[in-house]
Amino acid sequence: MMAIFEYAPAPESRDVVDIKPSYGLFINGEFTDGSGPSFKTVNPATEEPLAEIASATSDDVDRAVQAARKAFGVWSALPGAERAKYLFRIARIIQERARELAVLESLDNGKPIRESRDVDLPLVAAHFFYYAGWADKLEYAGFGRRTTNGQGGTKPLGVAGQVIPWNFPLLMLAWKIAPALACGNTVVLKPAETTPLTALLFAEICRQADLPPGVVNIVTGAGDTGAAVVAHPDVNKVAFTGSTEVGRIIARTVAGTDKKLTLELGGKAANIVFEDAAIDQAVEGIVNGIFFNQGHVCCAGSRLLVQESIQDELLAALKRRMGTLRVGDPLDKNTDVGAINSAAQLAKIRELSEIGESEGAERWSPACELPDKGFWFPPTVFTGVAQSHTIARDEIFGPVLSVLTFRTPAEAVEKANNTPYGLSAGIWTEKGSRILWMADKLRAGVVWANTFNKFDPASPFGGYKESGYGREGGLLGLEAYLDV
Amino acid sequence: MEDTALVGDAVMVSTMTTSLADVAASGATLRAFLHGLPGVDRVGADQRAATLGTRSIKTTAKAKAIDLAISMVDLTTLEGADTAGKVRAMCTKAVRPGGDAPKVAAVCVYPDLVAVAAEAVRGSGVKVASVATAFPSGRSSLEVKVSDTALAVAAGADEIDMVIDRGAFLSGDYLKVFEEIVAVKAACGDAHLKVILETGELATYDNVRRASWLAMLAGADFIKTSTGKVSPAATLPVTLIMLEAVRDFRDATGRQVGVKPAGGIRTTKDAIKHLVLVNETAGDDWLTPEWFRLGASSLLNDLLMQRQKLATGRYAGPDYFTLD
Repeated sequence: MMAIFEYAPAPESRDVVDIKPSYGLFINGEFTDGSGPSFKTVNPATEEPLAEIASATSDDVDRAVQAARKAFGVWSALPGAERAKYLFRIARIIQERARELAVLESLDNGKPIRESRDVDLPLVAAHFFYYAGWADKLEYAGFGRRTTNGQGGTKPLGVAGQVIPWNFPLLMLAWKIAPALACGNTVVLKPAETTPLTALLFAEICRQADLPPGVVNIVTGAGDTGAAVVAHPDVNKVAFTGSTEVGRIIARTVAGTDKKLTLELGGKAANIVFEDAAIDQAVEGIVNGIFFNQGHVCCAGSRLLVQESIQDELLAALKRRMGTLRVGDPLDKNTDVGAINSAAQLAKIRELSEIGESEGAERWSPACELPDKGFWFPPTVFTGVAQSHTIARDEIFGPVLSVLTFRTPAEAVEKANNTPYGLSAGIWTEKGSRILWMADKLRAGVVWANTFNKFDPASPFGGYKESGYGREGGLLGLEAYLDV
Repeated sequence: MEDTALVGDAVMVSTMTTSLADVAASGATLRAFLHGLPGVDRVGADQRAATLGTRSIKTTAKAKAIDLAISMVDLTTLEGADTAGKVRAMCTKAVRPGGDAPKVAAVCVYPDLVAVAAEAVRGSGVKVASVATAFPSGRSSLEVKVSDTALAVAAGADEIDMVIDRGAFLSGDYLKVFEEIVAVKAACGDAHLKVILETGELATYDNVRRASWLAMLAGADFIKTSTGKVSPAATLPVTLIMLEAVRDFRDATGRQVGVKPAGGIRTTKDAIKHLVLVNETAGDDWLTPEWFRLGASSLLNDLLMQRQKLATGRYAGPDYFTLD
């Protein structure tokens, strides 16, 4: 039956972006060729190749680190207020070019334009504004002043090697670069292999902002390139966001060196709904927790813990709501759920979902038509899930929710914490005292109350246990880039 | 739960499940029920309404939405200065808004002008709605409210827009509000009853949800946000919460109740945002003038202007659109 009110396609124009046929590495303020075999980045919604991307070998990475080392002398000697000027300028250019960046992000990543436009880009600019403000106030950040021999306090670390994931390409770049630069470090950043385009446009923005050459270097490539950045002997600080598996390898590489390391890894967050919760808003929070960004979110609320007394009512409401999710063209302004970022990720989501079914959990997706081309997975919920199911343990990193039940607040805490991860958690209840009690007991870096997936540059973010260590964002985010 | 044959049945207590029928047995049971409804988180509700407000409705969808919105308008004049002449002029416009635009759903006037309006729209299919019950404050005796209603019905009103006693509601006397609605409903006879909650005075979203359920339990055919005399009037989050209420009420009882946001909806954009809320909250069953209305006056001309712009690609000046 035809719906009464069918939304006509409302595609954002892609004319606003000018994608070049090929991109080099950004080293010392110039685009240069890479020595490795170049690769293609594709639009995951259509599988159409977008551009040819250079691949950096360890020699190329060495050039980038040398450029960063050279620039470190100049950059770290600038007064904080001068560094701030550059960061404010970058933040403003990001705002001015927000539409272009948002469209490019959606093309390369597959995320809905509504999200890149309304969530990612405003947060990216906010991060640069926030850390620009800190650049001349580091002495007041609580890490002490530099001693007379120039040590401690506000002293930067040197060259930061940063490796970022494909789920929030530009936002993770901002999380990494903004605090590093504010503190006086220079960076060599490796964007993810499947989503390099906005980082390369950011390189152009650095030139537009007249940032001194070598302060920001961007080396594209696959795992080998990232490994070369991390292993380079002249890198003083390594920052990584990505899988726990790769995080372990990096920790091993860095062990025994004097490099500082921060890791922001996987998660299997519990979104806990009590019987006295505001149900309609809790349903929105569950949807936002797991279907936002196709579930490609390390802090996604992938385990729904619902109090047994309301499970039928809540699940009925959740399924009804999932039926209204609009899956499809990421550039359509009305799309809620976009494309899965890569064929490899899609295969992983499919595999884990099949395991969920074979282990006996009940699988459900709303009726939804998926495009023929590209990488797609429907919003999916598994009910009847136990802690012992694989889908309650392993990070799926896709639009797949596992529903478990609990009887008492203590049981909710126990189940929520019963995971090797500890990145985030959500609590839904109208009872304030219970929120405080739960937040105290949950072993997770971020605990959201009556909301989920809310970010702010002033709020630190990071994990417990296998979700990593170190904090990004806020005042604590400065610590990772200062010699304290 | 009753079968669907009873959907829309006004004599609701008899059509209800036993547990809900007992809800109004006493002030205490009514209070316990209303306070047992799930709470509304203001931040989350505002955010949901804002997100739905970003839906991009273009081309064919916009054309469809504009005509749907026109057909849902309760074209309203509620001024102390209203006269028979003014009401007749508005009724003429309601029946034939301009060009090939559809007629509006209803005209809405004060009780003493119902006869004039009924005469003016006779045979057109446009309904006559009348505010009643000491509109807009509701500050009078039940006797006066009932005879106010009877007056309007006798004059030919198809629909009665009553106000609830907000003072009683805010002081916790839910039973008084309930009983007044029941009494007015009885005075309506065959006329449909819209119950105005005046959400701007109820202030909290929890109150909006409770008042919605209270009105539905008491037999409302429609729940309506506002009189238009209090600010804020119809806001997107309030309409959202009322749509959730009618959706949940039908799930619980099988009876469908309509929703009417009124006051403050002035532009086509506002109207379309409301339709998006209906579409994604209550769904298709409410996307008809029978179950969703927009109480407005200046909105109609903006809808007509956007309609023409969509058809011709050009805006015409305000002089090309008639006054009510």
